[in-house]
Parts: sequence; C-alpha cells; structure tokens
Amino acid sequence: MAKIDLSDSSAVVVIGSGAGGGTLANELCQKGIKVVLLEAGKRESPETFVNDEWAAFGQLSWLDKRTTSGTWRVAKDFPGLPAWICKTVGGTTVHWAGASLRLQAHEFRTRSIYGDIAGANLLDWPLTLEELEPYYDKAENKMGTTRTHGIPGLPGNNNFKVMYAGAKRLGYKNVHTGRMSINSRQRAGRDACWQIGFCFQGCKSGAKWSTLYTEIPQAEATGKLDLRTRAHVLQIQTDANGKVSGVLYADKDGNRHVQKARIVCVAGNSIETPRLLLNSANAQFPDGLANSSGQVGRNYMRHTTGSVYATFRQPVNMYRGTTMAGIITDESGNDPKRGFVGGYEMETLSLGVPFMAAFLDPGAWGREFAAAMDMYDHMAGMWIVGEDMPQESNRITLHPSEKDQYGLPIPNVHFDDHPNDVAMRNHAYKQGSAVYEAVGALRTFEVPPYPSTHNLGTCRMSKRPQDGVCNKFGQTHDIDNLFISDGSQFTTGGAENPTLTIVTLAIRQADYIADQMSKGNI
Amino acid sequence: MKRKGMNRRQFLHTSGLAAAGVAAVASGAVLIAPDGAWALQLHALDEHAARTLLVMSRRLYPHDTLGDMYYAKVVEDLDGGAKDDKDLAALLRDGVDTLDKAVGITWLDLSEGNQLKVLTGIENTPFFQKVRGQTVVSLYNNPLVWRHFGYEGPSYQFGGYINRGFNDLAWLPEPPETASPKAG
Ligand SMILES: Cc1cc2nc3c(=O)[nH]c(=O)nc-3n(C[C@H](O)[C@H](O)[C@H](O)COP(=O)(O)OP(=O)(O)OC[C@H]3O[C@@H](n4cnc5c(N)ncnc54)[C@H](O)[C@@H]3O)c2cc1C
Ligand code: SF4
Repeated sequence: MAKIDLSDSSAVVVIGSGAGGGTLANELCQKGIKVVLLEAGKRESPETFVNDEWAAFGQLSWLDKRTTSGTWRVAKDFPGLPAWICKTVGGTTVHWAGASLRLQAHEFRTRSIYGDIAGANLLDWPLTLEELEPYYDKAENKMGTTRTHGIPGLPGNNNFKVMYAGAKRLGYKNVHTGRMSINSRQRAGRDACWQIGFCFQGCKSGAKWSTLYTEIPQAEATGKLDLRTRAHVLQIQTDANGKVSGVLYADKDGNRHVQKARIVCVAGNSIETPRLLLNSANAQFPDGLANSSGQVGRNYMRHTTGSVYATFRQPVNMYRGTTMAGIITDESGNDPKRGFVGGYEMETLSLGVPFMAAFLDPGAWGREFAAAMDMYDHMAGMWIVGEDMPQESNRITLHPSEKDQYGLPIPNVHFDDHPNDVAMRNHAYKQGSAVYEAVGALRTFEVPPYPSTHNLGTCRMSKRPQDGVCNKFGQTHDIDNLFISDGSQFTTGGAENPTLTIVTLAIRQADYIADQMSKGNI
Repeated sequence: MKRKGMNRRQFLHTSGLAAAGVAAVASGAVLIAPDGAWALQLHALDEHAARTLLVMSRRLYPHDTLGDMYYAKVVEDLDGGAKDDKDLAALLRDGVDTLDKAVGITWLDLSEGNQLKVLTGIENTPFFQKVRGQTVVSLYNNPLVWRHFGYEGPSYQFGGYINRGFNDLAWLPEPPETASPKAG
C-alpha cells in the first residue's frame, strides 16, 4: 500500500469506500493514479462478520446521530435512524443484498415522458441508457452479476418457490432468481454462494460482491492506494481560486489532519455527501460547496418501498438461503393506467426472527402480533422497490442546534411521500398480496418501509447548472476538481436497486477524471 | 412453566439467571420463578417491579407456550440497563407505580383483560415504549427462543443451507430451470 504525504497535493482524495468510492478508487489506481481513500469506518472481513442480525447491525451500521422530519412513517417508527447504511470499509456493499438491475431507457427521461407532475421536481438525466451501456457491461463483469456474461442464475430457495408459483398463477411472465452480484459459480477467486442466508450481515463466504474484498484489495495491489480507516472527513477546503485544495479529517483518536488534494471525490452516501458539502461552507461559498443552484441536499429519494409477507398452512423457512434472489419484473414499466407514473419491482426478502419482530409492524404489540410471529417459519416475503418522485422539499439539512461527536451540525432528513408514491405503494401492496393469495396465503401483511437502504439524488446531475449540482460525469458545476461519486448523483431513481448504476457511474467517472488529468484540465 | 432440560441449563449458563439458591447469596433483591426453577439477581429493581415487568412483557408479546424464563431475560436486560442509568431506573420505578395506581388495584392483581386495558391507556408513554422496545429485542433476539419460531439462526458454521434444505419446499410445483437454475 502507498503512503501518501499529507502535504502531497498531487493525489486524488476519495471520501467513502462503498459502492461509489471503493470502485472509483480502484479504477483510478488501475490507471496509475495515486489515491488517498478516507473511510470513517473500521475494516472488517468475512472472518469477523457475524450471522446475528443485531450484533451485525452494531458492528457495521452508521449510527452517528441523525434526526428526521416529515410525514413518512420512518420518522415515527425510527426517528433517529432515517437510513440503514454502513460505516465500515466497503460501505453499504457489506450490507447489500446483491440485486443488480440496469435502469430502463425511459427512466433517464422522466420529465419528458411522465410530464409535469405537480409537486415533483422531475428532470431528465443528462445521460442516456445508450451512453451508459458499455459501462453497465463493465460493471456487471466486475461484479459477476448473474444472468449476464454467461453467468448462470442462482438456484431458487423456498421463498422464491412461493413467489414463483404465486406470480405464475397470477399471470406474471418475467419471474426468475434475479440478476444478482453473488457468485452462482466460483468466479474471480471467490466462492459460490453457500445459501447462508445472512446476506445483510456481511457475506461470510465472500460470494457476494463487496468493495471490501474485491475493489479495495485490487487497488492496494497496485501500490497506488493509501487507505486510511477510521478517518472521518469533517470539511472540504478551497483555495483562493475557488478550487478544492484538500480535506480536514479526524483520525481514530480524534486528532485532526489536513490532506492536500488535486481532486476530491465525495462518496459518503446520499445523506453524508450533501451534509459534508453544506458543512464545508466558507466565506467564498457561504451556502456550502457546489451549491449555487441551491439543490445540494434537495430531491432526496429513497425509493417507494414496502414489504408484503404472508403466512401459509405449510412451512416455508424463507430465511434459508440467499435473501433477495427472486424477482417479478412485470410491474416495472411505466403504465400510467395503473394510476401512477413509473414502476416497481417485487423481490424476495426475508428477515430473521429478531429483525422480523422489529420491522413486521413497528410499534405493534399484543396477541395478534404475537400470533403472526408464531407463524414465522410458515411465512414468505417480498420487498417492493419502485420509483419515487424527486421533491425539492425532501431534503437533507443541517440541524440548527444538534452537533455530532466532532461538534459539527448533524443532518436532518425530511421526507414526505408524494401522492404518486402513495398510489404506487398501494398498488404494489395489492399485487404482492395477490401473488401470495394465489397460492393459498392464510394472512397477508403490508409492512411499512424500513429505514432507507437506498438513498439517492441529493446532489443530482443536470444539464444546466441551475437545475442540479453536477454534470453527467459527476463533476460539480461550480468547482472543476470536486466530484460527486455516489448515489447522490442520481437525477431520478428509477425502479431498480441502485448499486449497479452507482458502480457503472464510478467506472465512467474514473475514465473522465483520468482523461481530464492527462489533458491538464484539472 | 415448561421445563426443557437442555434449554434451561444452557440458558442459566449464558445469562445472568442462576439456579435458585446460588443467586440468593448475592446482595440485592431476587426474582424467583414460582416453581423455583430459576432465579434472577436484581441490581436496580425491587422484586415487585421485576415481577410486574415480567408479566407486562408477556402481555405485550404473549407466546403461551414460552416459559417465564424467556420473559425474565427482558427483566434482566432492563435491570442491567437501570443499574448504571438512574434515569432509566426512575422511569421503570415510576412506570410500575403508574400501572399500580391506574385503577386503584395493584396491576398484578388485575385480570388479564384489565391489565391489557391499563396497558392500552399508557401506550404512548416513554415507560411503555421502553419496555416494549426492550421486549422486542430481549425476547426475540434470544437464540433459545428461536427454535420456538422454527428459526435456525446462524448457518455459516454448518456450511450454510446449501445442503440443509434451502429449497426443500415440496408443497408447490418446482420452478423450471430457466427461472431457477440448479446449484453449480
Ligand atoms: C440491507 C441493505 C440491502 C441492500 N440491498 C441492495 C441490493 O440488493 N441492490 C442494490 O442495488 N442496493 C442495495 N442496497 C443499497 C446499496 O448498499 C447502496 O445503494 C450502496 O452501497 C450505496 O453506495 P454509496 O457509495 O453511495 O455509499 P455506501 O456504500 O454507503 O458508502 C459510503 C461510505 O462512506 C463513508 N463515509 C460517509 N461519510 C464519510 C465521511 N465524512 N468521512 C469518511 N467516510 C465517510 C461511510 O462510512 C461508508 O463506508 C442495500 C442496502 C442495504 C442497507
Ligand atoms: S446467501 Fe450467499 S450471498 Fe448471501 S451471505 Fe450467504 S453465501 Fe453470501
């Protein structure tokens, strides 16, 4: 591993080692570019992961103080935990389930196709699917996504069998074990999936792609990477020319350092990324960095989610095996006849007993709840993930009084469902329940959204600087050498789980940065 | 309460619960099972509060075939938290007091139906929410309770479920291999 001096202003500094940051760091290192990767979390490994939901939650999650507001139910059920994401090397790719879907062509052009939806701040991406396709291809190859590059699908588990049978009886056509970045065969030096069933707790077999044990060690092997763990970035600094000059961070002992930089790339996930830009306000940029549009922190999206569980006369044991290898894609298109624009996916999902008790109906108690839990091993479950409407008022702001462990304002996450989100969720609950009723469900459960696992849009890409924060390469409109490198870039969310697109954009961004550096533009 | 030899021994071994008699030598109050099968050494709560919280946690999440010892884990965790947290200790003490004063009859002496009525009336208090939240974690996160629900828990040490029934469901037709390929 490289040791890059604090005063060395020739390196690229990447903040966050998750899907966006971990991938970008590796791609740059592979091109011979020096990278300082600053990660707030510790470094774990498949050996240290635990098959225990609460213990893993404590080991991996981002638990710094946050507040919530708005009418979303998360603000009531989990007021201090708006998002379920990681603070660890590898970021939330340690937690993630592996579902890897490309955005659809129309989802890049929502303003043009969906039209002017009241209350929605829709905008077309400054990009098309066509432009991204070669990069999607590289990302799928890198991640070993099943059903691409000749990689077979995963074998369906019990939970999938119930989904499949119900979906087919209902007349759905496209139902399979998904495109998953989980090895169905040994590949890239990693084992095939053992069907352990704790995908959310860190994959102990290494079958599931995570930057922790793919991108990061590959980058280390180049000798170009200086990874600093438990290095929490507090501020991005600028120079007299209005360029980014370095970052201030706290190490594990709380000591503060300034790392100089040629370029800074922010990939802290869609709450911390805008928070960092806002907390970096200075005399020259009083509203925060890259915020001349006023869009930093706005248009926060979290996907229209929800779950449907159902109980059956006979056992299912849904917890055995891969958590999310099962999908129905038939509802993912844009068909406004259903009463909403955009679409949604239905994907298998299971939780263990500890998390099921916490999430099945947060706050519920009494005999009815206990009776539902008693049917745990007779339950099947699915997750709904659909496109939500960007709204300017759904946003990350700095809390006016509360501070974190470093004395910096904590983020508040405000979210109200848009009527389109509500109509879509309602439709999805009905269809999800119908899938299970078609195979004899005794009872179905409409489970409200969990704390956000998909966080998007808070520094969005736009063609015109006044509409967003960065251009189609993630380069901020205001500051040439400042990049947004995570899901914050998304102009709109699409119906698909976002990580494949985050990785795709990171690969493309690395090409652009290398090109711009070689031309001396940045 | 049902006795399950192996369960109970493991449980006594892995938690602060000790066999009756052993714990009695320590100082402070002790919560003893009606049948003497287990005892819980208390650090912050008195015996009445502990017994009240035990019954309360059962009323919140009633699984009739689960023995009291599993609910005693909730009391143990609340008591453990209150040991170093004066505010929590006061919240629990005052909360039990509120229950007892709600209708002028000690809450434990009420019928189950009336106990539930009192609980419903205080549903939005921090005391209720604390006990409810703790019960969700302490009851359902206990590996010994998992078998009641048919949840097998950690699987890594057994090589996952790949050879242990991840796809053994036989009451529905098998999906075709295009949708669900064979394991490689
Ligand atoms: C349970 C779960 C299941 C999921 N399943 C799927 C799925 O199946 N498919 C899918 O596409 N997506 C899934 N996701 C979402 C996916 O994990 C995220 O979309 C993705 O990881 C986001 O990438 P990112 O780079 O934006 O942020 P992250 O991967 O979250 O990485 C951000 C990193 O930045 C670090 N960081 C933040 N602020 C700072 C700072 N100031 N200084 C230093 N470091 C900082 C954090 O510690 C973290 O490590 C899932 C998420 C969860 C929680
Ligand atoms: S089911 Fe497969 S991917 Fe998920 S944790 Fe287990 S081995 Fe890893």
